[in-house]
Amino acid sequence: MTSVVLPAIIVAVIGLIMGIILTIASKLMYVPVDEKVAAISEALPGANCGGCGFAGCDDYANAFSENPDLSPSLCPVGGADVAAKIAGILGVEAGDVDPQVAMVMCTGNVSVTKQILEADRLHTCKDAKMFYGGQWACTFGCLGLGDCADACNYNAIFNAGGVAQVDKEACIGCGACSKVCPQHIIDMIPKKKLVHVACKSAVKGAITRRACSTGCIGCMKCQKACKFDAIKVENNLASIDYDACKNCGLCAKECPTGAILNQRVKKAPVQKPAAAEAAPAQA
Amino acid sequence: MTGILAIMMGVILTNNYVLSQFLGICPFLGVSKKVDSAVGMGVAVTFVMVLATAVTWPIQYLVLDRFGIGYLQTIVFILVIASLVQLVEMTLKKYMPPLYKSLGVFLPLITTNCAVLGVCINNINDGYNYVESLFCSAGAGIGFLLAMLLFAGLREKLEDSKGIPECFQGIPITLITASILSLSFMAFSGVVDGIFN
Repeated sequence: MTSVVLPAIIVAVIGLIMGIILTIASKLMYVPVDEKVAAISEALPGANCGGCGFAGCDDYANAFSENPDLSPSLCPVGGADVAAKIAGILGVEAGDVDPQVAMVMCTGNVSVTKQILEADRLHTCKDAKMFYGGQWACTFGCLGLGDCADACNYNAIFNAGGVAQVDKEACIGCGACSKVCPQHIIDMIPKKKLVHVACKSAVKGAITRRACSTGCIGCMKCQKACKFDAIKVENNLASIDYDACKNCGLCAKECPTGAILNQRVKKAPVQKPAAAEAAPAQA
Repeated sequence: MTGILAIMMGVILTNNYVLSQFLGICPFLGVSKKVDSAVGMGVAVTFVMVLATAVTWPIQYLVLDRFGIGYLQTIVFILVIASLVQLVEMTLKKYMPPLYKSLGVFLPLITTNCAVLGVCINNINDGYNYVESLFCSAGAGIGFLLAMLLFAGLREKLEDSKGIPECFQGIPITLITASILSLSFMAFSGVVDGIFN
Protein backbone atom coordinates (compact mmCIF):
# COMPACT_ATOMS: atom_id res chain seq x y z
CA MET A 1 0.00 0.00 0.00
CA THR A 2 2.73 2.45 1.03
CA SER A 3 4.56 1.70 -2.19
CA VAL A 4 1.70 3.36 -4.06
CA VAL A 5 0.62 5.99 -1.59
CA LEU A 6 4.02 7.53 -0.85
CA PRO A 7 5.01 8.19 -4.47
CA ALA A 8 1.51 9.49 -5.18
CA ILE A 9 1.75 11.87 -2.27
CA ILE A 10 5.20 13.06 -3.30
CA VAL A 11 4.12 13.75 -6.86
CA ALA A 12 0.97 15.45 -5.61
CA VAL A 13 3.01 17.62 -3.28
CA ILE A 14 5.40 18.59 -6.07
CA GLY A 15 2.42 19.43 -8.25
CA LEU A 16 0.84 21.40 -5.44
CA ILE A 17 4.02 23.37 -4.80
CA MET A 18 4.30 24.20 -8.51
CA GLY A 19 0.66 25.20 -8.56
CA ILE A 20 1.04 27.46 -5.56
CA ILE A 21 4.17 29.06 -7.00
CA LEU A 22 2.38 29.69 -10.29
CA THR A 23 -0.67 31.12 -8.56
CA ILE A 24 1.39 33.47 -6.44
CA ALA A 25 3.48 34.40 -9.44
CA SER A 26 0.45 35.17 -11.55
CA LYS A 27 -0.71 37.60 -8.86
CA LEU A 28 2.71 39.15 -8.37
CA MET A 29 3.54 39.37 -12.04
CA TYR A 30 0.13 40.47 -13.12
CA VAL A 31 0.47 42.87 -16.00
CA PRO A 32 -2.65 44.96 -16.26
CA VAL A 33 -4.18 44.80 -19.70
CA ASP A 34 -5.29 48.22 -20.74
CA GLU A 35 -9.00 48.41 -21.57
CA LYS A 36 -8.07 51.01 -24.13
CA VAL A 37 -5.91 48.48 -25.93
CA ALA A 38 -8.88 46.18 -26.39
CA ALA A 39 -11.02 49.07 -27.59
CA ILE A 40 -8.35 50.18 -30.04
CA SER A 41 -7.94 46.66 -31.40
CA GLU A 42 -11.65 46.68 -31.98
CA ALA A 43 -11.51 49.98 -33.85
CA LEU A 44 -8.66 48.96 -36.14
CA PRO A 45 -9.62 47.32 -39.42
CA GLY A 46 -7.92 44.02 -38.57
CA ALA A 47 -6.21 43.71 -41.94
CA ASN A 48 -2.88 43.03 -40.20
CA CYS A 49 -1.11 44.51 -43.17
CA GLY A 50 1.70 46.10 -41.17
CA GLY A 51 1.24 49.44 -42.88
CA CYS A 52 1.49 51.25 -39.55
CA GLY A 53 4.98 49.91 -39.02
CA PHE A 54 3.93 47.40 -36.36
CA ALA A 55 3.57 43.65 -36.69
CA GLY A 56 -0.20 43.81 -36.98
CA CYS A 57 -3.28 45.55 -35.70
CA ASP A 58 -2.98 44.09 -32.20
CA ASP A 59 0.64 45.04 -32.02
CA TYR A 60 -0.20 48.60 -32.96
CA ALA A 61 -2.95 48.69 -30.32
CA ASN A 62 -0.55 47.34 -27.70
CA ALA A 63 2.01 49.95 -28.57
CA PHE A 64 -0.31 52.66 -27.23
CA SER A 65 -0.03 51.32 -23.70
CA GLU A 66 3.74 51.63 -23.81
CA ASN A 67 3.88 54.91 -25.65
CA PRO A 68 0.91 57.19 -25.00
CA ASP A 69 2.33 59.78 -27.39
CA LEU A 70 2.09 57.42 -30.33
CA SER A 71 0.23 58.94 -33.23
CA PRO A 72 -3.28 57.53 -33.67
CA SER A 73 -3.07 58.28 -37.39
CA LEU A 74 -0.64 55.59 -38.50
CA CYS A 75 -3.21 53.22 -39.95
CA PRO A 76 -3.26 53.71 -43.72
CA VAL A 77 -6.14 51.30 -44.23
CA GLY A 78 -8.56 52.87 -41.81
CA GLY A 79 -7.55 56.40 -42.69
CA ALA A 80 -9.12 59.37 -40.98
CA ASP A 81 -12.16 57.46 -39.64
CA VAL A 82 -10.11 55.01 -37.66
CA ALA A 83 -7.70 57.71 -36.52
CA ALA A 84 -10.62 59.70 -35.14
CA LYS A 85 -11.98 56.63 -33.35
CA ILE A 86 -8.63 55.82 -31.78
CA ALA A 87 -8.12 59.44 -30.83
CA GLY A 88 -11.54 59.35 -29.19
CA ILE A 89 -10.57 56.28 -27.18
CA LEU A 90 -7.30 57.84 -26.14
CA GLY A 91 -8.82 61.23 -25.57
CA VAL A 92 -6.38 63.08 -27.80
CA GLU A 93 -6.58 65.04 -31.01
CA ALA A 94 -6.32 63.02 -34.17
CA GLY A 95 -3.59 64.24 -36.43
CA ASP A 96 -4.15 64.55 -40.13
CA VAL A 97 -3.85 61.26 -41.87
CA ASP A 98 -1.78 61.59 -44.95
CA PRO A 99 -2.88 58.64 -47.04
CA GLN A 100 0.04 56.97 -48.68
CA VAL A 101 0.34 54.94 -51.81
CA ALA A 102 3.04 52.76 -53.21
CA MET A 103 4.89 54.04 -56.23
CA VAL A 104 7.25 52.03 -58.40
CA MET A 105 10.18 54.32 -58.95
CA CYS A 106 11.09 53.03 -62.36
CA THR A 107 9.86 53.59 -65.88
CA GLY A 108 12.14 51.17 -67.68
CA ASN A 109 9.75 49.07 -69.73
CA VAL A 110 10.68 46.93 -72.70
CA SER A 111 10.63 49.83 -75.12
CA VAL A 112 13.09 52.06 -73.28
CA THR A 113 15.38 49.71 -71.42
CA LYS A 114 17.90 47.40 -72.96
CA GLN A 115 17.35 43.75 -72.31
CA ILE A 116 20.49 41.68 -71.83
CA LEU A 117 19.04 38.30 -70.88
CA GLU A 118 16.13 36.10 -71.78
CA ALA A 119 14.15 35.82 -68.59
CA ASP A 120 12.13 32.72 -69.49
CA ARG A 121 13.57 30.63 -66.70
CA LEU A 122 13.40 33.32 -64.06
CA HIS A 123 10.14 33.27 -62.14
CA THR A 124 10.57 35.72 -59.31
CA CYS A 125 12.37 38.99 -58.84
CA LYS A 126 14.32 37.42 -56.01
CA ASP A 127 15.59 34.72 -58.37
CA ALA A 128 16.42 37.27 -61.02
CA LYS A 129 18.27 39.43 -58.55
CA MET A 130 20.52 36.51 -57.65
CA PHE A 131 20.98 35.53 -61.28
CA TYR A 132 23.16 38.30 -62.69
CA GLY A 133 20.74 40.94 -61.49
CA GLY A 134 17.99 40.07 -63.92
CA GLN A 135 17.19 40.59 -67.55
CA TRP A 136 17.75 44.31 -67.88
CA ALA A 137 20.86 46.33 -68.62
CA CYS A 138 20.00 48.63 -65.72
CA THR A 139 20.74 47.01 -62.39
CA PHE A 140 18.65 49.44 -60.37
CA GLY A 141 15.28 49.10 -62.00
CA CYS A 142 12.16 47.03 -61.75
CA LEU A 143 12.85 43.39 -62.55
CA GLY A 144 9.29 43.05 -63.73
CA LEU A 145 8.64 39.54 -62.45
CA GLY A 146 5.93 40.50 -60.04
CA ASP A 147 7.10 39.70 -56.51
CA CYS A 148 5.29 42.88 -55.49
CA ALA A 149 2.09 41.86 -57.24
CA ASP A 150 2.23 38.53 -55.38
CA ALA A 151 2.68 40.35 -52.10
CA CYS A 152 -0.25 42.68 -52.73
CA ASN A 153 -3.50 41.61 -51.11
CA TYR A 154 -5.53 44.23 -52.92
CA ASN A 155 -4.69 43.52 -56.56
CA ALA A 156 -3.28 47.00 -56.86
CA ILE A 157 -0.17 46.09 -58.81
CA PHE A 158 -0.06 45.10 -62.43
CA ASN A 159 2.63 44.58 -65.00
CA ALA A 160 3.00 47.29 -67.60
CA GLY A 161 5.40 46.14 -70.27
CA GLY A 162 8.01 44.63 -67.96
CA VAL A 163 7.64 47.10 -65.17
CA ALA A 164 5.34 46.96 -62.19
CA GLN A 165 2.78 49.66 -61.80
CA VAL A 166 0.56 50.61 -58.91
CA ASP A 167 -3.11 51.33 -59.31
CA LYS A 168 -3.37 54.37 -57.07
CA GLU A 169 -7.07 53.85 -56.46
CA ALA A 170 -6.74 50.24 -55.37
CA CYS A 171 -3.62 50.78 -53.28
CA ILE A 172 -4.29 51.14 -49.56
CA GLY A 173 -0.74 52.05 -48.68
CA CYS A 174 0.15 49.02 -46.56
CA GLY A 175 3.67 48.86 -47.94
CA ALA A 176 3.79 45.08 -48.36
CA CYS A 177 5.14 45.45 -51.90
CA SER A 178 7.78 47.90 -50.80
CA LYS A 179 9.12 45.43 -48.27
CA VAL A 180 9.27 42.54 -50.69
CA CYS A 181 10.93 44.33 -53.63
CA PRO A 182 14.53 43.09 -53.87
CA GLN A 183 15.50 46.25 -55.73
CA HIS A 184 13.95 48.55 -53.12
CA ILE A 185 12.40 50.69 -55.79
CA ILE A 186 8.87 50.82 -54.43
CA ASP A 187 8.52 53.89 -52.26
CA MET A 188 5.62 54.81 -50.04
CA ILE A 189 4.67 58.34 -50.92
CA PRO A 190 1.94 60.77 -49.91
CA LYS A 191 -1.08 60.21 -52.13
CA LYS A 192 -1.46 63.92 -52.73
CA LYS A 193 1.96 64.31 -54.30
CA LEU A 194 1.89 63.97 -58.05
CA VAL A 195 5.44 64.61 -59.22
CA HIS A 196 7.96 61.82 -58.79
CA VAL A 197 11.46 60.93 -59.80
CA ALA A 198 10.73 57.52 -61.21
CA CYS A 199 14.26 56.25 -61.26
CA LYS A 200 16.69 54.79 -58.76
CA SER A 201 19.81 54.56 -60.87
CA ALA A 202 22.72 55.87 -58.87
CA VAL A 203 25.42 55.37 -61.46
CA LYS A 204 26.87 58.04 -63.70
CA GLY A 205 24.64 59.54 -66.34
CA ALA A 206 26.51 58.01 -69.26
CA ILE A 207 26.10 54.51 -67.88
CA THR A 208 22.44 55.11 -67.14
CA ARG A 209 21.86 56.42 -70.63
CA ARG A 210 23.38 53.33 -72.17
CA ALA A 211 20.98 51.11 -70.27
CA CYS A 212 17.74 53.03 -70.40
CA SER A 213 16.42 56.07 -72.16
CA THR A 214 14.16 57.27 -69.38
CA GLY A 215 16.61 57.09 -66.52
CA CYS A 216 17.77 59.92 -64.30
CA ILE A 217 21.19 61.04 -65.52
CA GLY A 218 21.83 63.47 -62.72
CA CYS A 219 22.00 66.52 -64.96
CA MET A 220 20.83 68.86 -62.19
CA LYS A 221 18.35 70.65 -64.44
CA CYS A 222 15.49 69.83 -62.14
CA GLN A 223 17.34 71.07 -59.09
CA LYS A 224 17.92 74.41 -60.81
CA ALA A 225 14.35 74.60 -62.02
CA CYS A 226 12.75 74.00 -58.64
CA LYS A 227 11.62 77.16 -56.91
CA PHE A 228 11.01 75.48 -53.59
CA ASP A 229 14.32 73.68 -53.07
CA ALA A 230 12.36 70.49 -53.09
CA ILE A 231 14.48 68.47 -55.48
CA LYS A 232 18.10 67.55 -54.91
CA VAL A 233 20.56 65.57 -56.97
CA GLU A 234 22.76 63.28 -54.95
CA ASN A 235 24.79 60.30 -56.15
CA ASN A 236 23.73 60.99 -59.73
CA LEU A 237 20.09 60.70 -58.77
CA ALA A 238 17.44 63.32 -58.21
CA SER A 239 15.17 62.94 -55.24
CA ILE A 240 12.15 64.93 -54.17
CA ASP A 241 11.56 66.20 -50.67
CA TYR A 242 7.81 65.65 -50.48
CA ASP A 243 7.41 68.03 -47.57
CA ALA A 244 8.69 70.89 -49.70
CA CYS A 245 7.25 69.84 -53.06
CA LYS A 246 4.28 71.87 -54.29
CA ASN A 247 3.34 69.63 -57.20
CA CYS A 248 4.17 72.40 -59.69
CA GLY A 249 5.80 70.04 -62.16
CA LEU A 250 8.50 72.42 -63.35
CA CYS A 251 11.14 69.78 -62.79
CA ALA A 252 9.25 67.28 -64.90
CA LYS A 253 9.14 69.81 -67.71
CA GLU A 254 12.88 70.38 -67.51
CA CYS A 255 13.84 66.74 -67.29
CA PRO A 256 15.57 65.77 -70.56
CA THR A 257 14.98 62.04 -70.20
CA GLY A 258 11.49 61.92 -68.77
CA ALA A 259 12.62 60.32 -65.55
CA ILE A 260 10.44 62.71 -63.62
CA LEU A 261 6.78 61.84 -63.86
CA ASN A 262 4.11 64.45 -63.53
CA GLN A 263 0.82 62.75 -62.80
CA ARG A 264 -1.10 66.00 -62.84
CA VAL A 265 -1.16 65.76 -66.58
CA LYS A 266 -4.34 64.14 -67.75
CA LYS A 267 -2.48 61.56 -69.73
CA ALA A 268 -1.26 59.99 -66.53
CA PRO A 269 -2.32 56.51 -67.65
CA VAL A 270 0.04 56.76 -70.57
CA GLN A 271 2.83 57.87 -68.32
CA LYS A 272 2.22 55.09 -65.91
CA PRO A 273 2.78 52.39 -68.46
CA ALA A 274 5.82 54.28 -69.59
CA ALA A 275 7.25 54.12 -66.14
CA ALA A 276 9.41 51.19 -66.45
CA GLU A 277 12.14 49.50 -64.92
CA ALA A 278 15.68 50.38 -65.17
CA ALA A 279 16.21 53.65 -63.57
CA PRO A 280 19.03 55.46 -65.04
CA ALA A 281 21.28 57.50 -63.05
CA GLN A 282 22.05 61.01 -63.31
CA ALA A 283 25.35 62.38 -63.14
CA MET B 1 37.82 22.28 -17.48
CA THR B 2 38.77 19.94 -20.31
CA GLY B 3 35.95 17.70 -19.20
CA ILE B 4 33.37 20.46 -19.50
CA LEU B 5 34.73 21.52 -22.87
CA ALA B 6 34.60 17.95 -24.10
CA ILE B 7 31.01 17.59 -22.90
CA MET B 8 29.93 20.78 -24.63
CA MET B 9 31.70 20.03 -27.91
CA GLY B 10 30.33 16.53 -27.82
CA VAL B 11 26.75 17.65 -27.34
CA ILE B 12 26.99 20.48 -29.88
CA LEU B 13 28.63 18.52 -32.70
CA THR B 14 28.78 14.75 -32.36
CA ASN B 15 25.68 14.16 -30.28
CA ASN B 16 23.69 17.10 -31.54
CA TYR B 17 20.25 16.71 -30.01
CA VAL B 18 18.38 17.36 -33.21
CA LEU B 19 20.62 15.93 -35.87
CA SER B 20 22.03 12.87 -34.09
CA GLN B 21 19.61 12.07 -31.30
CA PHE B 22 16.41 13.03 -33.13
CA LEU B 23 14.92 14.98 -30.25
CA GLY B 24 13.08 18.25 -30.75
CA ILE B 25 12.29 17.49 -34.39
CA CYS B 26 8.92 19.23 -34.14
CA PRO B 27 10.24 22.78 -33.76
CA PHE B 28 13.15 21.86 -36.03
CA LEU B 29 10.74 21.27 -38.89
CA GLY B 30 8.02 23.65 -37.75
CA VAL B 31 9.82 26.86 -36.88
CA SER B 32 12.63 26.73 -39.42
CA LYS B 33 11.00 28.54 -42.31
CA LYS B 34 12.67 31.81 -41.50
CA VAL B 35 16.10 32.43 -40.05
CA ASP B 36 14.77 35.07 -37.63
CA SER B 37 12.21 32.87 -35.97
CA ALA B 38 14.60 29.90 -36.01
CA VAL B 39 17.15 31.90 -34.04
CA GLY B 40 14.46 33.12 -31.62
CA MET B 41 13.33 29.55 -31.05
CA GLY B 42 16.91 28.34 -30.63
CA VAL B 43 17.74 30.98 -28.04
CA ALA B 44 14.52 30.32 -26.14
CA VAL B 45 15.21 26.57 -26.09
CA THR B 46 18.76 27.11 -24.86
CA PHE B 47 17.48 29.31 -22.08
CA VAL B 48 14.81 26.86 -20.98
CA MET B 49 17.16 23.86 -21.19
CA VAL B 50 19.62 25.42 -18.76
CA LEU B 51 16.85 26.50 -16.39
CA ALA B 52 15.12 23.13 -16.53
CA THR B 53 18.36 21.34 -15.74
CA ALA B 54 19.07 23.72 -12.90
CA VAL B 55 15.76 22.71 -11.33
CA THR B 56 15.36 19.04 -12.26
CA TRP B 57 18.85 17.94 -11.21
CA PRO B 58 18.27 18.79 -7.53
CA ILE B 59 14.80 17.27 -7.67
CA GLN B 60 16.21 14.00 -8.98
CA TYR B 61 18.91 13.72 -6.34
CA LEU B 62 17.21 15.38 -3.38
CA VAL B 63 13.68 14.10 -3.78
CA LEU B 64 13.26 11.20 -6.17
CA ASP B 65 16.40 9.25 -5.27
CA ARG B 66 16.00 9.85 -1.55
CA PHE B 67 12.53 8.32 -1.55
CA GLY B 68 13.53 5.64 -4.03
CA ILE B 69 10.99 6.64 -6.64
CA GLY B 70 13.36 7.28 -9.55
CA TYR B 71 10.84 5.57 -11.85
CA LEU B 72 8.61 8.65 -11.56
CA GLN B 73 11.35 10.73 -13.17
CA THR B 74 9.54 11.31 -16.47
CA ILE B 75 6.24 12.46 -15.06
CA VAL B 76 7.80 14.65 -12.39
CA PHE B 77 10.18 16.27 -14.86
CA ILE B 78 7.36 17.04 -17.29
CA LEU B 79 5.37 18.58 -14.46
CA VAL B 80 8.29 20.67 -13.31
CA ILE B 81 9.36 21.81 -16.76
CA ALA B 82 5.86 22.81 -17.79
CA SER B 83 5.38 24.90 -14.65
CA LEU B 84 8.84 26.36 -15.01
CA VAL B 85 8.18 27.53 -18.54
CA GLN B 86 4.96 29.17 -17.39
CA LEU B 87 6.81 30.88 -14.59
CA VAL B 88 9.55 32.08 -16.92
CA GLU B 89 6.96 33.43 -19.31
CA MET B 90 5.27 35.42 -16.56
CA THR B 91 8.54 36.73 -15.19
CA LEU B 92 9.71 37.87 -18.59
CA LYS B 93 6.38 39.53 -19.30
CA LYS B 94 6.60 41.51 -16.10
CA TYR B 95 10.26 42.41 -15.83
CA MET B 96 11.77 42.07 -19.28
CA PRO B 97 9.17 43.06 -21.87
CA PRO B 98 11.70 43.37 -24.73
CA LEU B 99 12.97 39.83 -24.13
CA TYR B 100 9.38 38.65 -23.73
CA LYS B 101 8.55 40.14 -27.09
CA SER B 102 11.33 38.32 -28.87
CA LEU B 103 11.02 34.98 -27.02
CA GLY B 104 7.41 35.17 -25.89
CA VAL B 105 5.73 33.40 -28.75
CA PHE B 106 8.19 30.52 -28.58
CA LEU B 107 7.98 29.81 -24.87
CA PRO B 108 4.61 27.99 -24.86
CA LEU B 109 5.88 25.88 -27.76
CA ILE B 110 8.79 24.73 -25.67
CA THR B 111 6.69 23.50 -22.74
CA THR B 112 6.52 20.03 -24.13
CA ASN B 113 9.61 20.06 -26.30
CA CYS B 114 11.11 16.62 -25.95
CA ALA B 115 14.64 17.95 -26.37
CA VAL B 116 14.30 19.82 -23.07
CA LEU B 117 13.05 16.75 -21.26
CA GLY B 118 15.68 14.68 -23.03
CA VAL B 119 18.52 16.88 -21.84
CA CYS B 120 17.33 16.73 -18.23
CA ILE B 121 17.01 12.95 -18.28
CA ASN B 122 20.27 12.38 -20.14
CA ASN B 123 22.15 14.52 -17.65
CA ILE B 124 20.98 12.20 -14.91
CA ASN B 125 21.63 9.03 -16.93
CA ASP B 126 25.14 10.16 -17.81
CA GLY B 127 25.85 10.79 -14.13
CA TYR B 128 27.03 14.37 -14.60
CA ASN B 129 27.48 16.54 -11.54
CA TYR B 130 25.55 19.79 -11.21
CA VAL B 131 28.04 22.04 -13.03
CA GLU B 132 28.62 19.53 -15.80
CA SER B 133 24.86 19.17 -16.22
CA LEU B 134 24.41 22.91 -16.65
CA PHE B 135 27.16 23.11 -19.25
CA CYS B 136 25.83 20.05 -21.03
CA SER B 137 22.39 21.71 -21.23
CA ALA B 138 23.87 24.94 -22.52
CA GLY B 139 25.77 22.92 -25.12
CA ALA B 140 22.63 21.03 -26.10
CA GLY B 141 20.83 24.35 -26.53
CA ILE B 142 23.63 25.79 -28.63
CA GLY B 143 23.63 22.63 -30.73
CA PHE B 144 19.89 23.03 -31.24
CA LEU B 145 20.38 26.67 -32.19
CA LEU B 146 23.12 25.71 -34.64
CA ALA B 147 20.95 23.06 -36.28
CA MET B 148 17.98 25.45 -36.50
CA LEU B 149 20.10 28.20 -37.99
CA LEU B 150 21.71 25.99 -40.62
CA PHE B 151 18.44 24.38 -41.56
CA ALA B 152 16.49 27.63 -41.72
CA GLY B 153 19.17 29.12 -43.94
CA LEU B 154 18.92 26.15 -46.31
CA ARG B 155 15.14 26.28 -46.33
CA GLU B 156 15.07 29.98 -47.14
CA LYS B 157 17.27 29.30 -50.16
CA LEU B 158 15.06 26.38 -51.19
CA GLU B 159 11.92 28.51 -50.91
CA ASP B 160 13.37 30.95 -53.43
CA SER B 161 14.43 28.31 -55.87
CA LYS B 162 11.87 27.24 -58.43
CA GLY B 163 14.05 24.41 -59.71
CA ILE B 164 12.62 21.77 -57.37
CA PRO B 165 10.58 19.10 -59.18
CA GLU B 166 6.91 19.38 -58.32
CA CYS B 167 6.71 16.08 -56.51
CA PHE B 168 9.47 17.17 -54.12
CA GLN B 169 8.19 20.61 -53.28
CA GLY B 170 7.27 21.40 -49.71
CA ILE B 171 7.64 18.70 -47.08
CA PRO B 172 9.54 16.09 -49.14
CA ILE B 173 12.45 18.37 -50.00
CA THR B 174 12.46 19.64 -46.40
CA LEU B 175 12.83 16.13 -45.03
CA ILE B 176 15.49 15.26 -47.60
CA THR B 177 17.41 18.39 -46.66
CA ALA B 178 17.12 17.49 -42.99
CA SER B 179 18.46 14.01 -43.64
CA ILE B 180 21.44 15.32 -45.60
CA LEU B 181 22.19 17.86 -42.88
CA SER B 182 22.01 15.08 -40.31
CA LEU B 183 24.28 12.94 -42.45
CA SER B 184 26.83 15.74 -42.65
CA PHE B 185 26.87 16.03 -38.87
CA MET B 186 27.81 12.36 -38.67
CA ALA B 187 31.18 13.48 -39.99
CA PHE B 188 31.87 14.93 -36.55
CA SER B 189 31.64 11.58 -34.82
CA GLY B 190 35.03 10.70 -33.44
CA VAL B 191 36.35 14.22 -33.91
CA VAL B 192 35.69 15.28 -30.33
CA ASP B 193 37.00 12.02 -28.90
CA GLY B 194 40.07 12.46 -31.03
CA ILE B 195 40.70 15.95 -29.73
CA PHE B 196 40.15 15.36 -26.05
CA ASN B 197 41.55 11.87 -25.55
